[in-house]
Amino acid sequence: MSDKISRETVMHIAALARLRVDERELDTLTRRMGEILDYVARLEELDLDAVEPTSHAVDLQGALRKDVTGESMNAALALANAPDKAAPFFKVPKVIEGGGDA
Amino acid sequence: MSPSRDWSIEETAAHLRAGDVTAVSLAEEALARIAADDEQLGAWLHVDREHALTQAQAADDRLRAGDNITELTGVPLAIKDNFNVVGLPATAGSKILGDYVAPYESTATARLRRAGAVLVGKTNLDEFAMGSSGEYSGFRPTKNPWNLAYTPGGSSSGSAVAVAARHVPGALGTDTGGSIRLPASHCGVVGVKPSYGRVSRYGIFAFASSLDQVGPFARTVRDGALLLQHLAGHDERDATTVPLAVPNYLAACERGLDGLRIGMPREYFGPGIQPQVEEAVRRAIQVMKQNGAEVLDVSLPHTPYCVAAYYLIAPAECSSNLARYDGVRYGVRAAGDDLGAMYTATRRHGFGPEVTRRILLGAFALSAGYYDAYYLKALKARTLIRNDFLKVFNEVDVIAAPVAPEPAIRLGERLDDPLAMYLSDILTIGVNLAGICGLSTPCALSSEGLPIGLQLLGPAFGEEKMFAAAAGYEAMAGNEWPWPEVAR
Repeated sequence: MSDKISRETVMHIAALARLRVDERELDTLTRRMGEILDYVARLEELDLDAVEPTSHAVDLQGALRKDVTGESMNAALALANAPDKAAPFFKVPKVIEGGGDA
Repeated sequence: MSPSRDWSIEETAAHLRAGDVTAVSLAEEALARIAADDEQLGAWLHVDREHALTQAQAADDRLRAGDNITELTGVPLAIKDNFNVVGLPATAGSKILGDYVAPYESTATARLRRAGAVLVGKTNLDEFAMGSSGEYSGFRPTKNPWNLAYTPGGSSSGSAVAVAARHVPGALGTDTGGSIRLPASHCGVVGVKPSYGRVSRYGIFAFASSLDQVGPFARTVRDGALLLQHLAGHDERDATTVPLAVPNYLAACERGLDGLRIGMPREYFGPGIQPQVEEAVRRAIQVMKQNGAEVLDVSLPHTPYCVAAYYLIAPAECSSNLARYDGVRYGVRAAGDDLGAMYTATRRHGFGPEVTRRILLGAFALSAGYYDAYYLKALKARTLIRNDFLKVFNEVDVIAAPVAPEPAIRLGERLDDPLAMYLSDILTIGVNLAGICGLSTPCALSSEGLPIGLQLLGPAFGEEKMFAAAAGYEAMAGNEWPWPEVAR
């Protein structure tokens, strides 16, 4: 098994990404991720010290549009897909322990 | 069966203008074909009869009045389900968006609609466009119409199949690492991945924002060029679109092969490529050479690092883009006692295994302590990969290569082996990393009767040369084989 990633790291990353990984999936997932990380380790073969990173393939300058008022989506439409709402708000489960029901 | 199913977009447009058929009758025929064989194919996720017929009626009115008619007026098209089309469901192939109805319109579909196209429905895909076989759809796998035991390639699986099975003559897809070209190759249709910045992505569900690009499927190169003509151009709603004039792509298709310099990258041939695929592509290149093209050996030395760089960069961007699916503003919410528990339950319930894997991989590559070792290295490797292409395009007009190392794989063959699945993208993902354009056009049938594609690449915003080579090849190759008959 790869030493690039441990079960504990997978659990930690999953918690950060708001994902839950069950105990029974953990071994397979860790192994599969380890295989991928072993594969990508081939990047180590490259001499990258003097290479600038590329985050976008097109060099764009000044892509901002003019700051003019336009029409935006109305609140009813923006709420149309909400799983729970109390218009004009999205409704979510309690955020703070001991808070009111609002 | 009506002959209309075999018509290209250009032929369909000619019949509509001549008044031989109506847009409504074409839409009805498309709907009937879908009803007849989609249970077997799984190409479509939503077909809206009323929606289609309303658009078709409007197209007929336009045709009758002779008012602002384009080559797309009245032509039925399929749209990958990661585009927002107002009033239609849009799931991106994910259960997390199971009940989502698009509240706004993507720029690409708005442009097609403005031209008078009839959007028949939404097609199946790998969840959030992450996959190479169509099997990672959150709903059902799509099957290859040439042989139902095989995958159609992904992630734009349904769009490729809808065109190959002749439900519709054209479709929209997205290509982040090969998701248009790969299924086009495996299904025997034309698939075009335009240059990064050529077509607006406004209104598609973002997967990897520095790589995602919108493009068309069709059954002829000219139809692909025609669709791109309508899609391309600056959009102030997508800041990555460039304010460059859009050339005449159909005129480019008429250029011919004479004097065109075609590069064969040695890293795209040889070990790892199935011999019959390599032979088919070499034969296709020979056809171009016999018809006036100059063929040169070229090298893209960093090709062996493309998959590694891509499968760090794309998951990293995916982990960031998919953070928005939290059960608050849209999508399906799972119950949780507090906000955090609700987020986790929603994402656990809503995302499939591949999407989960990629989010984890991306979050890992971006996380403290690993950023420099993984993500930053990948970005630097991307520079080298892009420079390879820039250098080669100083010497040649177009690059010719296979699309995939092999024809379509069997259903289930690689479902549980993500790394093996990723490796099938090795010949397509360099294009996305470099931001250049590419297309797949059919060049042979394999010994098992499965299509093999020829990949032609052009420099960034050099679609004209790519179309010239592809249309020139198509005209000279005279490839003719019967389309698959699916409905039995």
